[in-house]
Amino acid sequence: MTLHLPAIAILLPLLSAPICVAVRHALVTRLLTVAVGWGSLAVSGELLRQALSGAPIHYELGGFAPPLGIEYVIDTTTGYVLVIVSTIAAVVFSFGATTRGAALPAGREHLYYGAMLLCLAGLLGMTITGDAFNVFVFLEISSLSSYALIGLGQDRRAPVAAFSYLIMGTIGGTFFLLGIGFLYQATGTLNMADMAERLASLHRSRTVHVAFGFLTVGLSLKLAVFPLHQWLPNAYARAPAVISAFLSATATKVMYYVLVRMIFTIFGATFVFGKMGMDMALVPLSLGAMFVGSLAAIFQTDLKRLLAYSSVAQIGYMTLGLSFNSVNGLTGGLAHLFNHALMKGGLFLAVACLVYRVGSSRLDDLAGLGKCMPITSAAFVTGGLALIGVPATVGFISKWYLVLAALETGQYLFAGLILLSSLLAVAYVLRVVEVLYFKAPKSPDVREAPVSLLLPTWILIGATVVFGLRTELTAGLARSAAMQLLGAGS
Amino acid sequence: MSTFGLWHYWVVIVLMMIGLYTVIARDNLVKKVMGLNLFQVSVIMFYVSMGKVEGGTAPIIPEQASGPVVYSNPLPHVLMLTAIVVGIATTAMALSLVVRIRETYGTTEEDEIRKLDRAEHE
Amino acid sequence: MTSETLILLSLLAPTVGALLVSLTGSAPNLRESISTLATLVTFGAVAPLTPRVLAGQRPRLDVMEVLPGVDLAFEVEPLGMLYALVASGLWIITSLYAIGYMRGHNEQNQTRFFVCFALAISAALGIAFSANLFTLFLFYEVLTFSTFPLVTHHGTEKAKQAGRIYLGILVTTSVCFLLLAVVWTFQLTGSLEFRPGGILAGKASGSTLTALMVLYAFGAGKAALMPFHRWLPNAMVAPTPVSALLHAVAVVKAGVFTILKVIVYVFGIETIAAGGHSDWLMWVASGTLLLASLVAITQDNLKARLAYSTISQLSYIVLGGALATAEGVLGGGMHIVMHAVGKITLFFCAGAIYVAAHKTEISTMNGLARRMPFTMTAFTIGSLSIIGLPPFGGTWGKWYLGLGAARGDNHLFIFVLMLSSLLSIGYLMPVVLRAFFRPPDPESNSHHGEHADEDSGSQHASHKGGRHEGIQEAPLLCVGPLCAAAVGCLVLFFTSDQILQLLLPITTGAR
Repeated sequence: MTLHLPAIAILLPLLSAPICVAVRHALVTRLLTVAVGWGSLAVSGELLRQALSGAPIHYELGGFAPPLGIEYVIDTTTGYVLVIVSTIAAVVFSFGATTRGAALPAGREHLYYGAMLLCLAGLLGMTITGDAFNVFVFLEISSLSSYALIGLGQDRRAPVAAFSYLIMGTIGGTFFLLGIGFLYQATGTLNMADMAERLASLHRSRTVHVAFGFLTVGLSLKLAVFPLHQWLPNAYARAPAVISAFLSATATKVMYYVLVRMIFTIFGATFVFGKMGMDMALVPLSLGAMFVGSLAAIFQTDLKRLLAYSSVAQIGYMTLGLSFNSVNGLTGGLAHLFNHALMKGGLFLAVACLVYRVGSSRLDDLAGLGKCMPITSAAFVTGGLALIGVPATVGFISKWYLVLAALETGQYLFAGLILLSSLLAVAYVLRVVEVLYFKAPKSPDVREAPVSLLLPTWILIGATVVFGLRTELTAGLARSAAMQLLGAGS
Repeated sequence: MSTFGLWHYWVVIVLMMIGLYTVIARDNLVKKVMGLNLFQVSVIMFYVSMGKVEGGTAPIIPEQASGPVVYSNPLPHVLMLTAIVVGIATTAMALSLVVRIRETYGTTEEDEIRKLDRAEHE
Repeated sequence: MTSETLILLSLLAPTVGALLVSLTGSAPNLRESISTLATLVTFGAVAPLTPRVLAGQRPRLDVMEVLPGVDLAFEVEPLGMLYALVASGLWIITSLYAIGYMRGHNEQNQTRFFVCFALAISAALGIAFSANLFTLFLFYEVLTFSTFPLVTHHGTEKAKQAGRIYLGILVTTSVCFLLLAVVWTFQLTGSLEFRPGGILAGKASGSTLTALMVLYAFGAGKAALMPFHRWLPNAMVAPTPVSALLHAVAVVKAGVFTILKVIVYVFGIETIAAGGHSDWLMWVASGTLLLASLVAITQDNLKARLAYSTISQLSYIVLGGALATAEGVLGGGMHIVMHAVGKITLFFCAGAIYVAAHKTEISTMNGLARRMPFTMTAFTIGSLSIIGLPPFGGTWGKWYLGLGAARGDNHLFIFVLMLSSLLSIGYLMPVVLRAFFRPPDPESNSHHGEHADEDSGSQHASHKGGRHEGIQEAPLLCVGPLCAAAVGCLVLFFTSDQILQLLLPITTGAR
């Protein structure tokens, strides 16, 4: 049983999806979804434990040995991301009103849950696999189901947003596929470890350069690296709030992971930063994301859109951490992966609570809810503080490492800019706080959201504080993951 | 090999550019989907041509094989089976979204949709 | 009780108090009893630490390691002990005063007020007891965010605007300068601990140290060094108890405390004195000191005038640190106490005048002493203490500061101190003179509602203000605390020796 855990991690959600479709019963499928969410968390936790206790796990799918067979590899980084994704999945799937805000005809809920499970399967698969083409397959599995989920938003513009995400996503995915094709041509293998080995002597090959270009652009599209982020605000703003919570906390995170894998495991940091000078491109783009995303967030009139733009900015922090190419920088980026998943997931769930009662996420409609829904509003404020990076929240930890990395490499200007951009978060969080607390409520008889909604929200929000003080599991793991990645890549 | 000798790359590039151009330039959502298809097909062609070995046979070793047999690389072809499935799924997904868009907006032209949205917002 | 328990108790008592207050919000009497009880427990936990610190102990409490080398830990040293004593001691009388003030005014959201107040005190004690820069920064930010709802208490457009400026300046300075300085220090030394003699000595070049000094001095935006002082006058829209305790004592002192602590325990007085890293700061502090005094003279609103006076007095303390001599630092530390007690007296009086006579502008306070003799007497005492005349506490702060300037061969700054004292006479005494020696204005007998803020929940007060004959003091819960604070100014003059004894150890190693 434990021998096959890597396969089980993916098969669990992947097989539950068709079961959902077959069962067709709303409550049963719902319970199954929740169970699979927590089951995945248990499996991921166990995998992480195993990966930490010894050498990375290598699992040959179906018993075929690599490089012909598909290999699943779980090292610290993989386990870390697996745990992030499945934690968010477990909590978000448990959220009380998952289908609220989705334009679902009665009796079709099982399909909705099926799509969520497929999405989870894709995300876990992308993380766990050690085969480049397999990444593409899982990428498309998760993307296709997320297009469907986003298109289900009640906003009538939701299908349009999903469509443009589909176009951008498919272009990104196809670029990725093309990149893999070139890599295959150059190396004759699809196994990441093999590729890395053979690429070491191919640093001057133009095929490899082209492959690198296509892969980077494709992944950046899916990761929503500024200025390729255009699809993200619309998609997250118009999807059902729960789906925004799930996707914002997992999808971009896994894409970041794939990018990290590609840079540090397949190509190696020497090639990427030394030869291709990726940091020259990534640093300005990250800074651009941090400022443009945050500035755009300040002027939004819709809370979900505001959070979506803030996500663009936060992705900037992660890619900036990456581009420092140092242990502290990568630690900051990877730690922010977890931290941002927690806070953005929690914040979107808090919005889902508000939407549950008010039916809208427009700031005008949320006026004065601090009085009517104190627990939800407090959750939002706490999450907002984490976004700002107040000490004793997770946001501070990421910022700490990023600034440290900037100072370490003598880039004092960047250190200042990182801090300056985090101030913009104060502006947009304060704006929401003023709406929630200082405006007269539109309808004073709004009640607090039910416990089944509040509990998952506060699990994530509470975690932003707990992990702001206890960092062995976040920054500690991120650090050993970063050391592993940099050690392997150089 | 001459520039022309790599003619299959030119096919791929031309197809890809046509596809991308259609996706970007057309306002009609269905045409965008078509462009996307062309784009994906170009990559499939790329893989398929990559596996072809000149003078190679199908990758089945004949029973009375005398000496080494030259055969095409089957792996890229197999991969493309998956990619084709992905392409079909994407197209189906895109078209179903277009159907829903048409149901709510009554049009599949992007600029008209934008106009309708703006009209509702103001 | 062990010292660890006491530290923990002093930090937790306000927090638990806040929690209980928020739960008992519907029953005002119970709520206020809990609030008062929390103040007593807190002081009861802080006070017993004093003899131990005097005896040379440094009680320490390690909570957890947040990041490798970055701990959440507390350690009580003399400077922090003093600050904690001031904050928790004055909290008791402020809390009593607040009950009288808030009730006398029928303020809205009283529960939120008491909750945030308690949290702010908890944060102030956290700052006082912090054992390293991380803990200090953590509570520094908690203090900023917990006082934000107090500043915006009235929820009006003006309050919101003030809140934006408040948060804007304090967070900008703390994140852009202070945090940068903290991370930089960590990067240079690998440690954030406060250690006697400093941790930076020999770890960085002179110019780096000066740059760090700039970041720290302006990063502690709560010290209101110009040009980052504008939040303080804006914060005066808050209810008077907030202005009194937080914006004359806890918050602003957190800023100067941070600067002093950084000078003493991160740089080390010797390092600074040898390298002259704080020479520029003497000039900035002197400039702030004089400019703020001049601005104070032009203010007609009593609270605004007191706010600018606070800015000026804070720079005394910063100057004391910047002089980098033993006497300077001692004077700075002592001035934290002296100014706290003096200024809180003045703010209490301003609040009492507002509650009883509903006056905020100095030009309308003619002859007020006839109606409010206790309040105005206390105001006079507070003023004299701030000016620095014996027999009031303020004398000693200025004495040691002057000594510090003389010892460091910075005779020019003695002159600055003198000049500023003259200016403080200029902005404080007119209030006293008006109240005692001018006859009441005829029109001041009528209702003065139009001079008051937008606050409409105070019919009670303006009603009282209408009847002008005889003594018309504020409620007992307002007058009692302000008299106590005035007596405190007097007592401090005679007990300064104990404070000196407490502070002396921090100057070891200085010139």
